[in-house]
Parts: sequence; structure tokens; C-alpha cells
Amino acid sequence: MASLQIASVDLARRMRAQAVKMVHRARASHIGSALSIADIVAVLYGQVMALDPARPDWDERDRFLLSKGHACVAVYAALAECGFIPESALLNYGQDHSMLMNHISHKVPGVEFSTGSLGHGLPFGVGKALAAKRSGRGWRTFVLLSDGELGEGSNWEAMMFAAHHGLDNLTAIVDYNKLQSLTTVDATLRVEPLADKLRAFGWAVREVDGHDHAALIAALERGAGAVGKPTFVIAHTTKGKGVSFMENAVPWHYKSPNDAELSRALEEIGDA
Amino acid sequence: MRNAFIEELVALARKHPQVALIVGDLGYSVIEPFAEEFPDRFVNAGVAEQNMTGLAAGMASEGYHVFTYSIANFPTFRCAEQIRNDVAYHELPVTVVAVGGGLAYGALGYSHHAVQDYALMRTMPNMVLAAPGDPMEVRAAMRFLVENPGPSYLRLGKAGEPSFHTAPPEVAPGRWLKLRDGEPDRAFLSTGAGLQIAMDWAVTPEHAGREVYSMPLWSMAAKASQAEMLRTRSDVITVEDHLYDGGFGSWLLEAKALDQSLTCAVRPRALDPVVCGTVGSQATLNRLGGL
Ligand SMILES: Cc1ncc(C[n+]2csc(CCOP(=O)(O)OP(=O)(O)O)c2C)c(N)n1
Repeated sequence: MASLQIASVDLARRMRAQAVKMVHRARASHIGSALSIADIVAVLYGQVMALDPARPDWDERDRFLLSKGHACVAVYAALAECGFIPESALLNYGQDHSMLMNHISHKVPGVEFSTGSLGHGLPFGVGKALAAKRSGRGWRTFVLLSDGELGEGSNWEAMMFAAHHGLDNLTAIVDYNKLQSLTTVDATLRVEPLADKLRAFGWAVREVDGHDHAALIAALERGAGAVGKPTFVIAHTTKGKGVSFMENAVPWHYKSPNDAELSRALEEIGDA
Repeated sequence: MRNAFIEELVALARKHPQVALIVGDLGYSVIEPFAEEFPDRFVNAGVAEQNMTGLAAGMASEGYHVFTYSIANFPTFRCAEQIRNDVAYHELPVTVVAVGGGLAYGALGYSHHAVQDYALMRTMPNMVLAAPGDPMEVRAAMRFLVENPGPSYLRLGKAGEPSFHTAPPEVAPGRWLKLRDGEPDRAFLSTGAGLQIAMDWAVTPEHAGREVYSMPLWSMAAKASQAEMLRTRSDVITVEDHLYDGGFGSWLLEAKALDQSLTCAVRPRALDPVVCGTVGSQATLNRLGGL
């Protein structure tokens, strides 16, 4: 089975609208982090990954792991838009006894792995990719990380392992929005020169504009990666993308939009 | 509690030039007063808790008293071996600070539920656990930890907790602090946010006449002092927002077992594991967990 062939630009727009509604209703944090990855997630779900919403556990599916689990509303919205979960489930996000917890949860159909503690996605993804190689299965594994998350040593251990074992069925994507919890990545723990570091760790590296769907598809589609090496896609993004007053602003890591901010956000996103 | 914490840390740093703070990319709109006043004694280690804890131990070995600061399980479980080997084994003055103790981050899910932290920390022989029940106990505990430097763990709630004490009390590991009078043989004994719950229960008919005590500081060594407190009592209910296994009530039961002559009933009230993986507000989850 191929990808779902859902037009990803419009999918990303609907996901952004759902995401701001969810955090507004739940008074939750991390909207900037979710808007940052909306295009990457839309491209993966709409255009790249082999998936079957009717069979979330279908064995041939591609595997997606959201390592920056705090940005889960983007993925929950994608799952609803693609038919894995009913749209009405989004209303319960973060409410008492909801399955949609405020970090991505494997109890949600279509979600492989719970995160919330940074630095767990890549080692787990390496394990999946190694399992696929060892058992001769053709599906791919994608791991989406944040840039501040690269401070965790576990990622670099996983990178050494993946390169050593030639896991070319593994693609990592870093949402390189240049901000983290308190300030910029540059002012916290520099990751630059990032591409050189990743290459030195034995990965094939591609740099793209993380909001350009054609560029993302070209970097992520089957066959785009190197043979014999894992691929790292450095996706240059803007935290809060699509809502002007949330763009590139640290407070929107925490803040939840009030009613007026919600309306303005939906207007800018173009929620019909 | 976060505010009491940062105010007290700034006050302590003014008096004690060795007090330093390392955060793991957390503490937005909390830690700024310290960072601004003591830039030489502040660093953001980034999202890298193992390195944060290892380097805290290294600084402590050169004379600093380092507070490491992050939320829930990140400053504890994520770097458990750095705490065990580097901090505790070398008996270094590092205070591991976790905000969001218990189920304070209820909706954020299992990754953010700190309900197994006592179990981890209390198995380290020289670790002092500080689980204050109100902002005054936060201040008292921090003063004690700086004046008695060594490996320690400070578990904080979030914000907006009520004060039960009118001034910072006299604290020491294992000491019972009385917060409500009653009949002298029946007591609630809480640690951390259990205090608020015990105070609420103490006014219900079922528990009329029961005294309420808080124990903000405890340790493996302080078990030895508990026989004296249990000897004169017939019934103690412990209250904690942590799982029963490895928790505070279990600690008191272990202390009691050291002296087979004690007849006092020790009845732990702790969280049922059903809360693990459930989403909800702190109040909802505490109720679901049996508190
Ligand atoms: C192990 C761990 N430490 C700390 C945190 C708390 N935390 C949540 S998001 C975040 C950093 C946000 O920056 P970044 O990783 O760059 O993500 P983004 O900016 O894309 O949201 C931190 C420190 C965490 N979730 N896990």
C-alpha cells in the first residue's frame, strides 16, 4: 500500500486550526512547538508514509515516532484528519480520563510510542529499524526530534549505533526552529555546526525548509535517502509558524491562547 | 512553592557564596531572579540531565553547593546513576530539585508523573529527602540542607499551595512537626503534599480527634528515631502522593520493623498504581488513586 495521498498543504492548515483549538480548550502549553512541525507531520502522514487508517497496526506500515512528545496536538490532529481517530476525540484533549494526554500517548490508535521525556525517540526508533533489518521487513522508521532535545546524550549514542549498523531504513528529522524552553538554542547549548556533526557521526544529511512541502517530500520520500547509512533531515522551521504573534516567541512555549487570541490565530491560519 | 523556593535560594546565596544553581532548560519565569543576581553561580545545562548532574557533582567536589533544577522525573530517574555514583557515593553537597512532585502535572501524562521518586532516592544511604508540605517547610528545609551539606533531594509541588505554618519551623530528618492537636495516641503523619490531604481528612467525622504531623525531612538514617514516636501511639496513618511501594508509609513500616516491641498500627495511605497512565487534573488523579 502506498501513502494516503492527502494534499498536504491543506492538511497542514486544518491541523494547525485543530491544534490551536485543542490547546485553547485544554488551556495547555506547547502550541509554538506544534505549529513548528505541522508541515513536516502533514507531509509524512499525507504524502510519504505507507499507512492504513482502518488498520493502525497493519504490519507493513511505516513507523513514526514523535520524540518531541510535547508537540502532540499536531499529531493528534493529523490522526483525526486521516481517519485514525474520530474528530470528536480531539475535544477531550487533556481532559480528565481522556486517552489524548498532553504528551503523545501510545494508547491512541496510530501512535507507536509514548514520549514526553526528551531523548527517547531516536534510541527506540533505532531499535525498530534494527528489528526491520534483522527480520527482513521493508517498512521505514521516521523519528521527529526537536533541536533543544539534541542536548540529550542518548541521541548521540543512538546516532553512533545507527551509523555503525548501516540502518538506511531509518530517517531522523530535526525540527530546527532555533528556540528551546528559556531562550535560543545558540544561547543554551550550541548545536552548530549541526550538519557537519551529523555527517561526522556517519549519517547522510539533507537540509530543507521545513515549511516547504515539495522540498520535504523530496527529502523524505522512499528512495530519497542514502544506501547503507541512516538519513538525517535538518528541517529549518519557525516555532509558532502560521500565527504571526506566536512566531519565534519563547512565551508561546508555555502560553495558551485566550478567546481573542484564538480568533486571531484561526483567522490567520484560514480556518473555514 | 516555586516562589518560596527561588526566594529562599536567592537569600541563601546572598549568605553562602558556595550556593549555585544549574537548570535543565527549565524554570521559565521562576529562576530569573537567581540568574540575574548571581550570573557566576548560574548555568542552564540545556536538555541534558545526566550531564547536568555529573557536572553538579564535579562543581560540588570543588566547594560549591549545587542545586540542580528540573521537573518531575528528569532530574531524578533520568540521571539516577549520576545521583547514585557521583553525588551520593562521593557524599557531595548536591541538592536535586524536582518541581511538579506527585501528580501536579496531571494532564501531561505518565512521563510527568513523579510518583516513584521517593523509592529511588531513599535507597541511597546518605541521601536526605526533603518533601515540604507548604511554602514555610520549603524555606526551613532549604536552610537545613545548606547548613548541613550533603546529598539531598528536594521535592516541590507547583504553585499556589496554602501555608499551614506561620513561620519556617525547626526541621531535622525524621522530626514530626505538629500541625493539628488531637488525642495523643492517634495521628496522621504526612510528607510532601500529603499534608494538605491529611489536614482535609482530619476535619472529617471519621478522623475526629486525630493529630496531624508533617515530616518534611527524612532519610535512611532517620528510621532509627521513629521508634520513640511510635512507642506512645496506637495508630498512625501516613499520607503521601507517591505509590505505596518504596514510599513514605513503607519507610515508616520498615522503621517500625526495626523494633519488634512496637505495637502501634502503621497504615499507609498512598497512591494506587491505577493513576499510572491516566490523564487528569491533580485532584482527579489523587482521588482516583485513593487520596
Ligand atoms: C528529559 C526532558 N527534560 C526536560 C523536559 C522539559 N522540556 C519540555 S520541552 C523542552 C525544550 C523545548 O525545546 P526544544 O527541545 O527545542 O523543542 P521545541 O522548541 O521544538 O518545542 C523541555 C526542556 C522534557 N520534556 N524532557
